[in-house]
Amino acid sequence: MSEKTRQAQDAPLVELAGVAKFYGNIRALEDISLTVRAGEITCVLGDNGAGKSTLIKIISGLHQHDGGTFRVQGEETRLASPREALERGIATVYQDLAVVPLMPVWRNFFLGSEPTVGRGPLRRMDVARMRRTTHSELLRMGIDLRDVDQPIGTLSGGERQSVAIARAVHFGAKALVLDEPTAALGVKQSGVVLKYVAAARDAGLGVVLITHNPHHAYLVGDRFVLLKRGAMAGAYERDELELEELVRQMAGGSELEELSHELER
Amino acid sequence: MTAATDPGRPDSDEPGDRRQPQDAPGAGDRLVHRPLPVRLLRRPELGAVVGALALFVFFAFVADSFLRASSLSTVLYFSSTIGIMAVPVALLMIGGEFDLSTGVMVTSSALISSMFSYQMTANTWVGVGVSLLVTLGIGFFNGFMLTRTGLPSFIITLATFLMLTGLNLGLTKVISGTVTTKTISDMEGFETARAVFASTLTLGSVHIQITVVWWLLLVAVATWILLRTSAGNWIFAVGGGVDAARAVGVPVARTKIGLYLGVAFAAWVSGQHLLFNYDTVQSGEGVGNELIYIAAAVIGGCLLTGGYGSAIGAAVGAFIFGMANKGIIYAQWNPDWFKFFLGAMLLLATLLNAWIRKRAEATR
Repeated sequence: MSEKTRQAQDAPLVELAGVAKFYGNIRALEDISLTVRAGEITCVLGDNGAGKSTLIKIISGLHQHDGGTFRVQGEETRLASPREALERGIATVYQDLAVVPLMPVWRNFFLGSEPTVGRGPLRRMDVARMRRTTHSELLRMGIDLRDVDQPIGTLSGGERQSVAIARAVHFGAKALVLDEPTAALGVKQSGVVLKYVAAARDAGLGVVLITHNPHHAYLVGDRFVLLKRGAMAGAYERDELELEELVRQMAGGSELEELSHELER
Repeated sequence: MTAATDPGRPDSDEPGDRRQPQDAPGAGDRLVHRPLPVRLLRRPELGAVVGALALFVFFAFVADSFLRASSLSTVLYFSSTIGIMAVPVALLMIGGEFDLSTGVMVTSSALISSMFSYQMTANTWVGVGVSLLVTLGIGFFNGFMLTRTGLPSFIITLATFLMLTGLNLGLTKVISGTVTTKTISDMEGFETARAVFASTLTLGSVHIQITVVWWLLLVAVATWILLRTSAGNWIFAVGGGVDAARAVGVPVARTKIGLYLGVAFAAWVSGQHLLFNYDTVQSGEGVGNELIYIAAAVIGGCLLTGGYGSAIGAAVGAFIFGMANKGIIYAQWNPDWFKFFLGAMLLLATLLNAWIRKRAEATR
């Protein structure tokens, strides 16, 4: 992104400063800071249990933070529900619960934001438009679905992710939170999803990409936040960081070096 | 169905910079509809319709009087008394929840209406109105407790079922002195209320009970809601994937409470029919009917796990019950076998549904 755009959009889309979250006595997150700007991809990396899911839940409005500040477009906020997050332009695509498998593709695409026609008791979904839009929006991502009536559970994992991302983009999300979008996918499918993540960035969205795969993160990321046991283990701009360093950090960093000493023969 | 695609029509809902890529021109006309047999195979109610046709033909052969207009209207009447409840119960099951309190809720609704009018010596319509409010209150209680506590609906509504069973008997005895309510047939407003809830319409030589009309109306409204409104989309979603639904902003609690209110409304209609058809209400009635409603919905293609089913299917399921119940009598068999027959029907229909669904999946 150019300097000009950055100045024009002074306030980041989403900004967390010193955010903490407790579940009872258990500290799930502490002192987390991260910035998401329009047209940029912020990658959050961390091992299992590092607090990635908790962080997503706070940004997407499922949970509320217990400390620190959470700003949406410069305005300090505390999101009460996913619906409020959506209204503020933050859309979240979850790894496993992005769609309702038994429902047709077109019903899934518009779920929660169905376009309607008519008034009063005759108010109904604009089914023709919903089918047409679903088909054309998916086609833009390279998924040529002949039958938008098929249950979305019959699509492949990558396609389902892409449908969920296309849905968020279509509904005018400003910030897109992606929870491990490539975790369950093969190499080719991951490529498809990452291409669409990049397309969303080029369309001017700010993206939070949660992953434990440093290779995928480095392919598209502009800034990187590393989580470790609920705390920040590092924050880097892209030009401050080599892929090797990111991989090393993710693989366990100094712990890995110790381990390699122990395992040395 | 809708959505006959028109390739010539510009996509007005698309911003200009979001045109389709060059390598895929005219996407609209590639959006095809599957051939009719495949689409029919996908309908959840197909198994029930096939079963109903088979049963109809069967009884038409073995019971001479089955095809008479009077017999058929009796079958329809009995079906409607089940169907009025089976339809909202089906919607609730599509939404992923159970209600075991429906059978006694019908009785409660009738008792409230009757006893309020009698004790207050009010116009029967006042009792009818009070009954509507209280019955909706019971439905709201079920939905509210469910969404608040997160306990399974089986437990919540089992508790409601037991409490209502006790209240029906206990309060009726305290208020009326017996287990049966006093007749209200001589009270003001009784005739008009009876006309609405328990009259018979005559079309030529055919007599149709008004409950049949209410039943069909309910099926039409439920189908409309399910297939053509946003609320219908939400019902499928909360039953088929509640977390995904919540994540995209579907009001899950509101949808579920709404479904329980729908069940309560139908229980009110059924209860008022019960009252105005017989003048008096037996306070112990209704126990066990909740399972009949659920069975009808399941025969009609509803999945026990939620997210799949149809209102029309539930209506056909109720019709199967009606045919079996009355057909056995017209065939002059021992009616003791009715329940066994129903159990076998339920098993067969469910197996047929599962088989059809598997076939439909395979054709994709």
